[in-house]
Amino acid sequence: MTQDLRYSALKKTPFHSRTSLASRTNKYYNWNGYTVPTEYSTTELEYTAARNGTSVMDLTPMGKYEITGGHAHQFVDYLVTRDLSEMKDNTVAYIIWCNEDGKVIDDGTIFKFSSTKFMLCCAVKIYNWLNDSAYGFDVTISDVTDTIAALAIQGPTSCSTLKTFGATDLETLKPFEMREYKIDGFDILISRTGFTGDLGYELWTDPKNAELTWDNIEIAGKELKLRPFGMNALEMTRIEAGFIQTNTDFMAAEDSLRPTRMRSPYEIGMGWLVHLNKNSYFVGKKALKKEKEESTTERCLVGLDIDGDKPAHGSVIYNSKKEDIGIVTAALWSPIMKKNIALASLKRPYGIQIKENIFAEIYHPEELEYRKIWARCKVVKRQFFNPERRNKVPADLYE
Amino acid sequence: MPKNTHDVIVIGAGHNGLTAASYMAKAGLDVVVLEKNDWIGGAAVSRELYPGWKYSNCSYVCSLLRPEIMRDLELYKYGLQIIPYEGSATMMKNGDYYTHYHDHDMTINSIRRHSHKDAEAYERYSRDVLRQCKIIKPLLKMTPPDLTSFKPKDLFGALEFAKHFAAKDELGGLGEKEIYDTIRFYTMSIRDYLEEYFESEITKAHLAGSAIIGTALGPCSPGSAYVLLHHYMGEVDGSVGSWGYARGGMGSITQAMMGCLKDHGGEVKPSSEVINVITKNGKAIGVATQNGDEYYAKKIVSNLDVKRTFLKITEEKDLPDDFVRSVKNFKIRGSSGKLNIALDGLPDFPCIPEGDPGGGGDMHFTETIEEMEGAYDDWKRGEWSRNPYVDMCIPSKSDPTMAEPGKHYMSVFIQYVPFNLANGGWNEERKQEFGRHIVDCIAEFSPNFKDLINHYEVRTPLELENEVGLTEGNIFQGELTMDQLMFNRPVPGYAQYRTPLKNMYICSSSTHPGGGVMGAPGANAAREVLLDMNVPQKGNYY
Repeated sequence: MTQDLRYSALKKTPFHSRTSLASRTNKYYNWNGYTVPTEYSTTELEYTAARNGTSVMDLTPMGKYEITGGHAHQFVDYLVTRDLSEMKDNTVAYIIWCNEDGKVIDDGTIFKFSSTKFMLCCAVKIYNWLNDSAYGFDVTISDVTDTIAALAIQGPTSCSTLKTFGATDLETLKPFEMREYKIDGFDILISRTGFTGDLGYELWTDPKNAELTWDNIEIAGKELKLRPFGMNALEMTRIEAGFIQTNTDFMAAEDSLRPTRMRSPYEIGMGWLVHLNKNSYFVGKKALKKEKEESTTERCLVGLDIDGDKPAHGSVIYNSKKEDIGIVTAALWSPIMKKNIALASLKRPYGIQIKENIFAEIYHPEELEYRKIWARCKVVKRQFFNPERRNKVPADLYE
Repeated sequence: MPKNTHDVIVIGAGHNGLTAASYMAKAGLDVVVLEKNDWIGGAAVSRELYPGWKYSNCSYVCSLLRPEIMRDLELYKYGLQIIPYEGSATMMKNGDYYTHYHDHDMTINSIRRHSHKDAEAYERYSRDVLRQCKIIKPLLKMTPPDLTSFKPKDLFGALEFAKHFAAKDELGGLGEKEIYDTIRFYTMSIRDYLEEYFESEITKAHLAGSAIIGTALGPCSPGSAYVLLHHYMGEVDGSVGSWGYARGGMGSITQAMMGCLKDHGGEVKPSSEVINVITKNGKAIGVATQNGDEYYAKKIVSNLDVKRTFLKITEEKDLPDDFVRSVKNFKIRGSSGKLNIALDGLPDFPCIPEGDPGGGGDMHFTETIEEMEGAYDDWKRGEWSRNPYVDMCIPSKSDPTMAEPGKHYMSVFIQYVPFNLANGGWNEERKQEFGRHIVDCIAEFSPNFKDLINHYEVRTPLELENEVGLTEGNIFQGELTMDQLMFNRPVPGYAQYRTPLKNMYICSSSTHPGGGVMGAPGANAAREVLLDMNVPQKGNYY
């Protein structure tokens, strides 16, 4: 599907005819240059679908880049901080990548089809970065954002929905694995991945197949509490899962105007993805090694469990002496856990050595007046919600 | 006591002279502004040379005018309003076009039609340029320190200047890399700079335009990258790098300034060309005008360019020799011309689809940097560019006050045009030949353009010198190269708006931070005068 981009701000995804029909609110937002629904009907009900039944989300605007060629595997291993040398075909890995100063550019997922073919999915535009980094490698980078239609199918009944849709034996697919199907005459790739922290899948197919796929999934999920799911609900689920969002929880190194806003992986809780002992070199390795050896990490990104029930949106975090020690990057009253949670960027040692006597100043709007709430916070694991069904094999079925 | 005595005389009623005068009048001084022409505004004027059409005869768009000045002088109250551009476009010979819009996503999509890589590189490029603008912005308002002086004011000033480069967070948060970038930016050619980001010729050509407008450099000349920055550091309501039209033409800016000045007791005298600065015991005490009047004041502030100020109206015997030599060496080469056109209707530009706001702002037709450099080569030989770079716009598309509904005013800025035209120099015939050449160039992209022309005004660097008083017709009152910027502007050792002649000051674009309708030189100079007179300063600017 080629759209005439002259004098146009936002593109439509191949699902637009379906998502716009399903939208009762006509609320859209700009995701990576595409128009996609913020909310279809009610955010709370969409959120519930992801935790109770099946939620369907148009994922097409996600940046998708195909990396092919003789050096594809070496190149990917060079690009990211994680050791991918042992990565198996038909698996997916969660990754981050940095600039040469060891500051995080973005996080994303890498799909390995073979040692000569990968697909990288992420939030920011990195076509330029990939091409610049590929200097000297025998690889071809193609931006396939427009040429692959993608849906996220997430929630406890998602496996059953997709099985009914035609994905035979899907329950045997393990987390971070992918499998190719032929359904209704079209090739569909299904991966057990997602951004909700729950049982869930992502589905990748030709834009020509998009509308039919949407329709058939809706039919398949009819008795399985399926609902289309917008950005607002996704934001809720991803905070519960403790997933970070680029340019929300941290500034992408390539996007930040102020260099002091750039963050290393250690500062955003992604140290576990940095494999300094991997054999080959990767972008930012020297800087990260130095940071680790000299313990110069300045900040951390932590989960907070906050007293009271008022979400701490944008709150400044203080120590007991009322000194400013950080800021909340994302906050939520979690409907499933009945907890007031938040992600916060703190200045070390707060969040690492000091986890108590931390306070959030919450401004709660009450009919044109703000109530100032001084709420005690506890530093907790960022992954607030992690149900057993998320990683269970075989996956739960509702039959 | 002689008659015609004031606190301050300002020579020249251009935007910097009026800015300085207004600030001083607001501070309670008795100020008179003397203007040689029978209209006021210098190079920020709107004149009706053909009945029914208003032209922005010289400068034509607004971005650099400091918002603090607009606020302090209450220019809104005196009739100034800025209308933002909708977009800008470069037309291509193959019928296609390249556009930037007010909307970021539309711009990205537009660039992507030409190069996917460039569309993404544009985000990186914008960020890097914006960073440099953040460094420069606070410097614009500062009086450059004298780096050879040990006065506390200069030592602190130098520290303050340095702080903005080696800055921490609150000042922009720039690190070593950004400082290296600054140095590169000030010294590179725009072609080399853009090639670090972009692959497609059209992207580079469109962006490089800002680096050559008004300057006697080509896109391959070192130093041209800074000129781009100079055009980027303005803003329209916080949107850095944006440009807009002054409603009613650029004259609205100076008219509004005059409104402010008069409201605070200041006076402007048109048709009063200053021909001589009167001195006594090595101090400036007054001025004499062409019509035989004499004016006396405690302080005299010149809004003329540095050459005109010190080589024309000041006597050499009153100035140090080395200073005079530096002024003589000041680079102020004219390189631009202009056409102001009264149109009976809106010309068609088939390259730009109807309704596309890309045509709402500046339009160009130079497709490659090589073409641009070729245009510069002609200038070096003393000829006007056969294939010129033009910056044309139709303000009446957005501004209802320039012409009657359905009629249009078109401003065409032309780069390059020499001051010293080869083979005998400028005369009326060659001026008209130049005008016709530009009309022909535009007509190649607009089939009905010629039929719509009612009248046009042709401006060469010679007119700009004779009429406005810009030496050699240089629109910046001196080139914007590192050797003539900041503490080097206008000449090293005299960058603090004071001159070797006691009680004589300079507030024109020949001083820091330089040309463009910015007002900063005027406001900075007023600050120094007020400091010397021990008059408290008021306003957001200081």
